[in-house]
Amino acid sequence: MKRKLPLAICFIMGIVMIVQFFIPHPVSLESANVIYKWVIALMAFALVLAIGNLIRHHGFKIQKRKEGWPYSIVTLAGMFGMAMVGLVWGVAPDSLYQRIFLNVLAPLGGTMFALLAYYMASAAYRSFRARSLEATLLLVSAFIVMIGFMPFGQYVHPQFPAFAEWIMRVPNMASQRGILLGVAFGSIATALKIILGIERSWLGGKE
Amino acid sequence: MLLSILPPSDIKAVDKPNDAGSIISLSWKLSVDDASIDGYAILRKTTTDTTLQRIGSTIRGVSSFEDEGVQDNTEYQYLVAAIKNGELFYSEHSNTAKSFAQVFHTGRINVLVAIVTFTLMLAYFVTLARSGKGLFIRKIAGLAAVEEAVGRATEMGKPILYVPGLGDIDWTATIASMNILGEVARKIALYDTALIVPNRWSVTFTVAKEVVKEAFISEGRPEKFREDYVRYLTEAQFGFAAAVNGIMMREKPATNFFIGRFWAESLIMAETGSQAGSFQIAGTDSVLQLPFFVTACDYTLMGEELYAASAYLSREPILLGSLKAQDYGKLIALLILLGFTALSFLNLDLLPLLRVQ
Repeated sequence: MKRKLPLAICFIMGIVMIVQFFIPHPVSLESANVIYKWVIALMAFALVLAIGNLIRHHGFKIQKRKEGWPYSIVTLAGMFGMAMVGLVWGVAPDSLYQRIFLNVLAPLGGTMFALLAYYMASAAYRSFRARSLEATLLLVSAFIVMIGFMPFGQYVHPQFPAFAEWIMRVPNMASQRGILLGVAFGSIATALKIILGIERSWLGGKE
Repeated sequence: MLLSILPPSDIKAVDKPNDAGSIISLSWKLSVDDASIDGYAILRKTTTDTTLQRIGSTIRGVSSFEDEGVQDNTEYQYLVAAIKNGELFYSEHSNTAKSFAQVFHTGRINVLVAIVTFTLMLAYFVTLARSGKGLFIRKIAGLAAVEEAVGRATEMGKPILYVPGLGDIDWTATIASMNILGEVARKIALYDTALIVPNRWSVTFTVAKEVVKEAFISEGRPEKFREDYVRYLTEAQFGFAAAVNGIMMREKPATNFFIGRFWAESLIMAETGSQAGSFQIAGTDSVLQLPFFVTACDYTLMGEELYAASAYLSREPILLGSLKAQDYGKLIALLILLGFTALSFLNLDLLPLLRVQ
């Protein structure tokens, strides 16, 4: 029963949502809206469980003085602090909550994003070492595309930008579309396998 | 003094197809004086009304309008007037039309045909696999390395980090990742290896926790499962990346799995794992992030390999059968594309048949 019930719910809801896609009638749209509302309610319950996990994990680290425990204090203080600020002073556009969000959290996120440039340089260095035919092809095509997309490219050769554009539009696009075609079928097959109960790895796999 | 303006003509009113009702679509032939007028006014009345009600307007050059405020099963008639300096030049009455809700979306028949065909192929190959017929599946290096990855972590006495992507549970890549997590967790359950599964979304957290717990139970080792294996971090994209980087640098996992949907943070995490000396297996359906994973990871599952992974790892004949259906589906799609391309050289454009409304 523990296995059959989730499989039955999955099958019924999957079929309902597929059928709904083909029926534009208001009854069908309203049914879908009701299901979406259930999903939001479920997400709220899941959030309670997730926050409980966060508190338990970091609480345990602080209690046992595990490696990096002061960071756990910062995490919990940040979470409860922001919640309190939002509850007491509200979340209006000019509130303290929004000011902290825009002046602390957003720049921190931006800083992490900016680190990507460094990681790209380090990854490019590693992959552009021409140790194999594939790596050499990567190096050559990346060089052409980089130079071709810079204003400097047309001074190297007038056809350089057009060649860089061709690499992006033809071989690159053809490969991407090949991968996307496989992804589309894989995606449909995964959905059907789960709806039909063929795929049960999410339930532990075995019967 | 105003010169006479010719109004628009041939006013047609029809129920908007494939909708939930309450909309009538109007179309007309532009006034011959279109270039010199200010726009068009749309007027409406029911068959029992004696006066017209202005319900909207368009700029000049526009020859269609959707009336979204009608009652279903009530007959309406329309007039379209050309506007010039505030004066209206009325067209003839349109035909009568009434709106109603449709019960089947005819613009999606192509999707229905594709789903039915694919489901039948899936059923055929699953039945074939059930009958015991051996199906050849090519070796996927990234998946063949999973056993090695788990063994390496066990030997080193270090944990395995499994990042199920940054997509919520409504991404198919996340669902595929959960299936792979189940298979990986079953292998981990057989060894005394720690597992860390950080999550960005609360729903993926609860699903991942159940998947890992069920995997341990199905291997008969529920006592080995620890609540701490599956963790919730944060919904912030780069906050999540920072937290995962912190885990990699502090706990030095022997093996990192990055499997699911990823965005700009993919390289930040994979490159950190590479610098930390972890063995790394990645898999995503995001074509923009694939080059980063190929660069920074030991093995990468590309696109469809992500969706084949669960079947490949479990080796269940029924799941392997479904992979064959996927392959034949792709073959049919390629043949259709080639056929339509060839026909386009004969000025036969069949592409609208593939368009989904």
